[in-house]
Amino acid sequence: MDWITFAEFSLIGLFSGGLLALVALGFVLIYKGTRAINFAMGEFMMLGAYLVYTGHSWLKMPLWLSVVFGLVGISCVAVLVERFVLRPLAGQPVVSVLMVTIGLGAFLHGTVDAVWGGQNLEMPQLLSRKPLIWGDVMVPGAVFWSFWVALAVIAGLSLYFRYSRTGIAMRAAASDPITAYALGIDVRHTQQLTWIFAGCVGAVAGTIVASISSLSPALSGTALGVLAVVILGGLDSVAGAIIAGLLVGWLESIAVGYFGGKARDLVPYVVVLAILMVRPYGLLGTRDIERL
Amino acid sequence: MNPSPLLSVEDVHLRFGGIKALSGVSLQVKAGEITAVIGPNGAGKTSLFNTISGFYKPQQGSMVLEGQDISTTKPNVRAAMGLARTFQNVALFRGMTVLDNIKLGGHNRMAANTLQAMAYWGKSQQEELALREEIERDVIDFLEIDHVRHQSVASLSYGLQKRVELARALAMRPKILMLDEPVAGMNREETEDMARFILDLQEERGMTILLIEHDMGMVMDISNHVAVLNFGQLIASGTPQHVRNHPDVIEAYLGVRESQPVSGQGA
Repeated sequence: MDWITFAEFSLIGLFSGGLLALVALGFVLIYKGTRAINFAMGEFMMLGAYLVYTGHSWLKMPLWLSVVFGLVGISCVAVLVERFVLRPLAGQPVVSVLMVTIGLGAFLHGTVDAVWGGQNLEMPQLLSRKPLIWGDVMVPGAVFWSFWVALAVIAGLSLYFRYSRTGIAMRAAASDPITAYALGIDVRHTQQLTWIFAGCVGAVAGTIVASISSLSPALSGTALGVLAVVILGGLDSVAGAIIAGLLVGWLESIAVGYFGGKARDLVPYVVVLAILMVRPYGLLGTRDIERL
Repeated sequence: MNPSPLLSVEDVHLRFGGIKALSGVSLQVKAGEITAVIGPNGAGKTSLFNTISGFYKPQQGSMVLEGQDISTTKPNVRAAMGLARTFQNVALFRGMTVLDNIKLGGHNRMAANTLQAMAYWGKSQQEELALREEIERDVIDFLEIDHVRHQSVASLSYGLQKRVELARALAMRPKILMLDEPVAGMNREETEDMARFILDLQEERGMTILLIEHDMGMVMDISNHVAVLNFGQLIASGTPQHVRNHPDVIEAYLGVRESQPVSGQGA
């Protein structure tokens, strides 16, 4: 393989890593807020995409309005989930929360199947498919633009958590809810916001993934693959999620380039496994130090 | 007739299953005074604090802050009404800077709602700047922590961390400042610094303070009023001199003599 092909596969890989990073961010948000992995993340992605599809194809909304419809819809779902599924579990062991998210995923999956059916649906075209050509290197347009959308969402959220008062309050509530409560922070409200953010991140990612390929309940499986990205980056690190997303995206693409399509699902995870042997808490994850 | 107390706790009973953490405790906190709660380990001091903050819901009894019944109010609302506290263990948000930690104390005083704050313009930005100015002047300079303001709290010494925690409570501009063992684990010099800050707060700013402390020397030196708890019951209350000589207090702290010592050998 000559260097031009290598450059092409590398670029495609890095650009498609943006979406992986975005989904990883959805996991990280919930992990930081509740210390549990949200196994229903894939179902949030799927549901978000179906809502956008519904807005566009059933309710005949313009494209931008159907995206807003999808985000509002998923926010409502996130609020309901937080209020009636997660909040009653406050104070329970993390494992219980984790199991409940698995159940929630199955429930959402079944609901989507019942309402929209299991067949492949055609999503409206969201991002320009026109390929970008630099010299001999060609990158599919949808992949290129999806990277920038993902980057914009990640950057927006990072800035929000870094500088805004509510963002800082959310971080505070995540790190020590009791103290945050005593400072007058409404911890329930910040928990709710965390789920809304995670839901919207999932919906954006799901919509993009569906518009690049097609829409079916199988979409939710994408998120499970991203779990490896999250663990590689460090469960509680946003920066780690981004780096790991790009790394895994690049590995996937290079693996396809060198070894063919079947290697796509194998090579990256072998590498992830190898890295985790050296850094079990992930690239940028917090290393739990217990003082005895 | 004394003016009515700023905070009054009336006949509070708190049980955890069969354990009576508080039984019939009443306490008055007068404006501008330093009120101390003392007692042996397990006497219910922190339970009383958690009840006043709203983390524990007592089975019986009431709490009144400035004439308003707060018995059923949520903790975050009580905080907004002017009850600020520190914790027995350092409860700072690790990974955040000193300044961010302290600014969180001002959280409940800002009127801009979440959506406005999200955008961070106009009203929200003005509020943020005003808050920062006030914190610089009234809290950071006062507590002499300006040299560490941009450091991460995790890198500070224990004594400084406790001081940042106090700073965060002050940023709430509280009506009552509740301090749970403000000098626990501190050395003599740090203890004296902290005692001076607490006294300055009372004398210069007229701050009302309610504190739990084990350091008897400090309690007797700075308090106007001392309440003594033992096994969940209030056994004495009054001025430091009164409490110091109260037989039940001596018994709770030193125990009872098994028998009268033979004269000449007794201590």
